[in-house]
Amino acid sequence: MIAAGCLVVGMLAGAVPLSPGELWRGIVDPSASSAEIIRNLRLPRVFLAFLVGGSLGVCGAALQALVRNPLAEPYLLGLSGGAGLGAVVAIGLKLASSWAVPVAAFAGALAAVALVYRLSQVEGRRLDPRVLLLAGVVVGAFATALMSAIIVLSDAVQLRNVFLWLLGGLSRSSWEALGIFLFYSIIPLGLLVLNARSLDLLVLGEETAHHLGSNVERTRITIYLTTALLTAAGVATCGIIGFVGLVVPHAVRRIWGPLHRTMLPFTFLVSGCFLVLADAVARTVVRPAELPVGIVTALIGVPVFAMLLRRTLA
Amino acid sequence: MILQALDLRIRYSPQGPLALDGVSCGIGPGELVAVVGPNGSGKTTLLRGMVGLAPLESGEVRLEGQPLGSWRRGDFARRVGVVSQREEMLYPLRVNEAVMLGRYASLGPLAPVSEEDRRQVEAALRRCDLWDFRTRRVSELSGGEWQRVRVARALAQVPAALLLDEPTTALDVRHEMEVFELIRQLVSEGLGAMVITHHMNLAARYATRMLVLSAGRTVAEGAPEDVFRREILEPVFQWPIAVVRWLDAAPQVVPLRPGEVVRE
Repeated sequence: MIAAGCLVVGMLAGAVPLSPGELWRGIVDPSASSAEIIRNLRLPRVFLAFLVGGSLGVCGAALQALVRNPLAEPYLLGLSGGAGLGAVVAIGLKLASSWAVPVAAFAGALAAVALVYRLSQVEGRRLDPRVLLLAGVVVGAFATALMSAIIVLSDAVQLRNVFLWLLGGLSRSSWEALGIFLFYSIIPLGLLVLNARSLDLLVLGEETAHHLGSNVERTRITIYLTTALLTAAGVATCGIIGFVGLVVPHAVRRIWGPLHRTMLPFTFLVSGCFLVLADAVARTVVRPAELPVGIVTALIGVPVFAMLLRRTLA
Repeated sequence: MILQALDLRIRYSPQGPLALDGVSCGIGPGELVAVVGPNGSGKTTLLRGMVGLAPLESGEVRLEGQPLGSWRRGDFARRVGVVSQREEMLYPLRVNEAVMLGRYASLGPLAPVSEEDRRQVEAALRRCDLWDFRTRRVSELSGGEWQRVRVARALAQVPAALLLDEPTTALDVRHEMEVFELIRQLVSEGLGAMVITHHMNLAARYATRMLVLSAGRTVAEGAPEDVFRREILEPVFQWPIAVVRWLDAAPQVVPLRPGEVVRE
């Protein structure tokens, strides 16, 4: 119900504000004046925002269980940066069609996660989860620097577009983008749901998870691959959007408890709504221009991060 | 034998020393095996080797006669429960939720919790005297209660063998005794148990068999009265001791102060 409400709000907001009546006419009557905006712009946009937001949220939840740190999420662990770099390389070198950009982003995200993992180990011994996070931020910053360099060196026409996309924007939403995202996200989302119980055990620590019968190595690889692919699909379609996976799982855990079988679906729903609403804000505050939605999520996410950081260190 | 370790050799790093150098240990039904030894003698390493957490350089572990490698993780966990030394909860669950995690190996990835799962969780909670605590958050529990939750979670696995690594560390006398009494009770019902402990004297009163480790090797193995000998334990713990007998005839170790002499 609430999710449907958010979707409606998301469709009403925008450079051209619509009334609920116009929205309804636009959906049922293809010849209405608002039909064009609604059918080709607003509808795919809110659906994409919902799916990408939901996916980023469950990625955050899964990564938090995996690295046993409530501060983990795709952006802070460097996955988004790696995916962005992979996508920029593919676009910059004109290697990939829009359907294949997620594959390049996936490769980038995997490379980033492997690097982060490597950095956080010394002689095969895993370090404090906080070191992992630090490694994630560093790898993310490095990937962003490389991306910026590639953008600056590439031809000027594409430059502004790519730059806006990087900041996280749903302005390029289309039915095609929605299709691309769905194509790459269905299987990893299903795998995450199948691993909900394994995630509950991972939260207890790898040894305990092993004792209780979980195949820890397999779960870990599954989570890294699925979150990398989901992040890559999100980055390829709407750029780098941070902090969704940090804010929402934290709130959901407080309300519905930490068990992933309940927590993951609610995280998906709430994160989806969160991004739809954040996008509605992004489109309305500086009308008729619009902010990249990644700026809005960062403005909300950074204070939450600061609060969580203080609490975990206390 | 439920779980059997044969001549295990374990090394943590390729050039490092052997953490375990040819140790064997078997746990049969109705047996309570106590593993004692100084810090760093390989007690925890033995346990880790027996459950497949530490790679074996040589030797073999068998569960119900079958090599460890032929068991799937979940099937192994339904026969062997482990209460490890330490564990921190990241997100505080309720007590009954935490114990339900012991049913993981019996539940599929998507299967709903069945009547059988609920029954086993209730039995485990009652067993460990936690029924009245079932809706409490584990973050609100005392050390002794938390330890009982972890034992209950292992019991919810309905294992044939239970391995406990220093289950009574940091517990007061009452909780310590309750844990040992509980284990003894379970063992008398047919469970096989292995307890790693520094409480030598309690171990001697509860164990059916004892294993003394020192520097990764077995120094002595047998009934408590065969193992509790001055000439065996003094070199292991590198401290003068006397062995006395308690009312139930169990041998007890009394560490001596410098200069004390005991005539036997």
